[in-house]
Amino acid sequence: MEVVQSQRKSSSNNVIVSILPLYRSAPPLEVRLEDFEFFAIDRLRVLKGLSDGLCRGKKPEEMEKLVLDLWKANMRHPQAVEEVNKDIISHFVLRLVYCRTEELRKWFLSMETTLFRHRFRWGSSEAQRALMSEFKLPYKAVSNAEFESLKDKLGQVARSMGQTLAAADAIFYKVPFEEVPDLVAGRRVFIHKGHAYVAINQVVSLVVTQFRSYLSKALILTNRKWTSTIREQEKDRLTPIVEALCTSYLGPDYSQQQEFGEISIKDIDQVAKTSFPLCMRHLFEKVKEDHHLKHGGRMQLGLFLKGVGLKLDDALAFWKAEFAPKVSAERFDKEYAYNIRHNYGREGKRTDYTPYSCQKIISVTPGIGDHHGCPYRHFSEENLRAALVRMGVSSRAVEDVMDKVHNRHYQLACTLTFEAVHGSSCDAGINHPNQYFIDSQRVLQSKNGSVA
Amino acid sequence: MTKEEADNGRDDMVIDVPGQANAVPDGFNANYLRIYYGKLFPHADMFKWMSYGNDGKHPGCDKSYFGRREFSFTLENDIYIRFQSFNSVTELENSIKEKCPFKIDIGPVYSVDPAKRHAYAQSGNNVFTPVERELVFDIDISDYDDVRYCCTGADVCLECWPLMTIAIKVIDTSLRDDFGFNHILWVYSGRRGVHCWVCDGKARRLTNEQRAAIADYFHVYKGNENSQKKISLPGLVLHPFLARSYTEVLKGFFEAKLLPNQNLLASEERYEKILEMIPDASVASELRRRWQENKRASMSKDDINIVRWEQLKSILQSGKQKMQGLRRCVEEIVFSYTYPRLDMEVSRHMNHLLKAPFCVHPKTGRVCVPIDPNNCDEFDPTTVPTLSQLLEELNRGGLRQDAENEWDRTSLGESVAFFRTSFLQPLLKSCKEEIENSYNAKLQQSKNDLSW
Repeated sequence: MEVVQSQRKSSSNNVIVSILPLYRSAPPLEVRLEDFEFFAIDRLRVLKGLSDGLCRGKKPEEMEKLVLDLWKANMRHPQAVEEVNKDIISHFVLRLVYCRTEELRKWFLSMETTLFRHRFRWGSSEAQRALMSEFKLPYKAVSNAEFESLKDKLGQVARSMGQTLAAADAIFYKVPFEEVPDLVAGRRVFIHKGHAYVAINQVVSLVVTQFRSYLSKALILTNRKWTSTIREQEKDRLTPIVEALCTSYLGPDYSQQQEFGEISIKDIDQVAKTSFPLCMRHLFEKVKEDHHLKHGGRMQLGLFLKGVGLKLDDALAFWKAEFAPKVSAERFDKEYAYNIRHNYGREGKRTDYTPYSCQKIISVTPGIGDHHGCPYRHFSEENLRAALVRMGVSSRAVEDVMDKVHNRHYQLACTLTFEAVHGSSCDAGINHPNQYFIDSQRVLQSKNGSVA
Repeated sequence: MTKEEADNGRDDMVIDVPGQANAVPDGFNANYLRIYYGKLFPHADMFKWMSYGNDGKHPGCDKSYFGRREFSFTLENDIYIRFQSFNSVTELENSIKEKCPFKIDIGPVYSVDPAKRHAYAQSGNNVFTPVERELVFDIDISDYDDVRYCCTGADVCLECWPLMTIAIKVIDTSLRDDFGFNHILWVYSGRRGVHCWVCDGKARRLTNEQRAAIADYFHVYKGNENSQKKISLPGLVLHPFLARSYTEVLKGFFEAKLLPNQNLLASEERYEKILEMIPDASVASELRRRWQENKRASMSKDDINIVRWEQLKSILQSGKQKMQGLRRCVEEIVFSYTYPRLDMEVSRHMNHLLKAPFCVHPKTGRVCVPIDPNNCDEFDPTTVPTLSQLLEELNRGGLRQDAENEWDRTSLGESVAFFRTSFLQPLLKSCKEEIENSYNAKLQQSKNDLSW
């Protein structure tokens, strides 16, 4: 695949036959540099949405719908050829992004396999058959007449496995028993005269297993190529994009103040108690206690406050006041003010920094003397329980939160905390500290509204 | 003296026992075997079988096929020689007659003549490897010692032999109906079990993985003297294979034959074993209580085992039992007593050697004769011809110039005839077709290749 900065030529002889690509090899397409990044981001939205859905324990029917919605929202294109191209290009770009560590590969493999499974299921029978023959699986669909005559036996097999023969599963494929030794060994299929009658979900799992095994090997090869040649070759062009992509947060960035306009210094203490997520509460308490915060903490809290609506002048005043017992006004102006102005985009390259998302916060590991990072991840159990109690979380809810923590679902833990503190549910889940803040304010406002 | 006369004279000297012109004392020794291999063992039939049609004149025949088959001989004094191979029926016959093996085993067909295996192993390409082998099964009645009280170990009688009969019925039906195999040979192992040879081309070409899958499909009885519950049938209903086996073979046999013949519920020691299999302790206690009370009183003329079995069934199968584990308890008990107990290892690997049919068992002197699966109820292991019996029959027939078909004069004639008409001829017909079809297909293929 060639990446060019000039106009893209679309070659018609690159039309792919089956709608669901197998990503066997990078096709000879030319891609614009922007598309390289944007296509990947769109696909990443789908994969992350999937990941989110799985984390929340969505049921299969809900997942089915979720995948469909995510795909429609991010990957559709009016022209089929363009859609397929985007599909393939985005997959290969993400391969580069996610091949680089074992953990990244695992996640990518898992999400792409899940995506493939769902897309395979919602394809037409012809599409499915075409794919099966690409995988060299010689399966023939069972005719209606044959199905009727075997329905009882097929139902028996399903029930022997604790399943039912739902209408959706009424598609069966007939295949020589030699092709499906695992299903035969486990008596999970009906066999007759040397043919095994394989249900659609079993076929799906056979196809998906092949897909998964292929992609797993491909990712290792991609990693080798990346480290040996590509990364160096592309260090001025693709490499920075690739390296940024996997950490990119894909929701609203809270860099512009939204509905609640400004917050002034006098409001901060109050809202900190009611609407700050635990990570920011902790930092806030610490700065008040220690009259100091190290760099990581200043960045995390400082940008958060910016997102909350604290104007630059107020921010400078806030930090100066909090640091005053330890840092003189002159020293503050010399050593800290610049950085705060930098965060607000008034210095240097004038990037208006965006507040950190949960993903980013969870990924950092605080060192000695640090208080940033995600407390659900880094606090000891004892400290975390104490902190939750101080926030007003009931002991029953604390157990639920701790359960999520033990399973490393830190964002879900924070979500449960939100729900416990506010007494209302947070369906979307917490992805960003500023989102927590806004949702919290919303809940409190509506409560105040109704009371008044 | 001509050689013939000399040979005949030698035969006379060996067989003739003073006082009884034709009687041959029971026994198993090299002298008896020599005559057996000389006159009775069906060398030509074995050759034809093992050639699978490749000994014909058709251009598609593989002349090397028979020569690549491994045989192994166990000689007197337990000397064991492997990797014997022969290029013609004459070589096979002469070697057997000369070496007089106490046991002949048949192994797989290898990629090259086993005699040359060392030359190929050197090349490091692993070129010496099995390429074809019948699908085989071995069932041994000593594996059923925990459920038969009439005999143990190597003994077998008409009370317990039916366990083998039903094993044949269950497996044979499944091999034909489920797996679509047609050329199946069941053989008495000479003492306490049966062997099964599935000889279809498809079967011979199965990989180890596929063989293991078929073995696992048949694997229901999972236990040894240390495990408590050896049969577990979860699921709301049984897989059609298990259901069919139960209703067509196992249930009837258990209730009508095994239960009364082996007195499975007549004494405390015996009925405790069955009660142990009931997961609900209160049900087991209830039955125990009833049966302890009934020890001396006989309520009816019916066999006590049958009466008690009815009681057990009626409690377990009554609608009142909601407990999960009880749903299939009756079937589990029947299966654990009667379901075939296969030696899994024999079936899993292509290179497993198995005793050749028509061998004589050294410990019993009985010939390993074929068993007709359609008439296996009639098979009586206690009346299978012995070596000495056959030699006696030969004597009675007197000397004949016609050295062909000597077995016709003996009880072996029936077995050889059955082997030919029911197994060998249909098999060879099918092989011939296969060779012709494959040859024609290859011709067509090369024609296609040539015409660009």
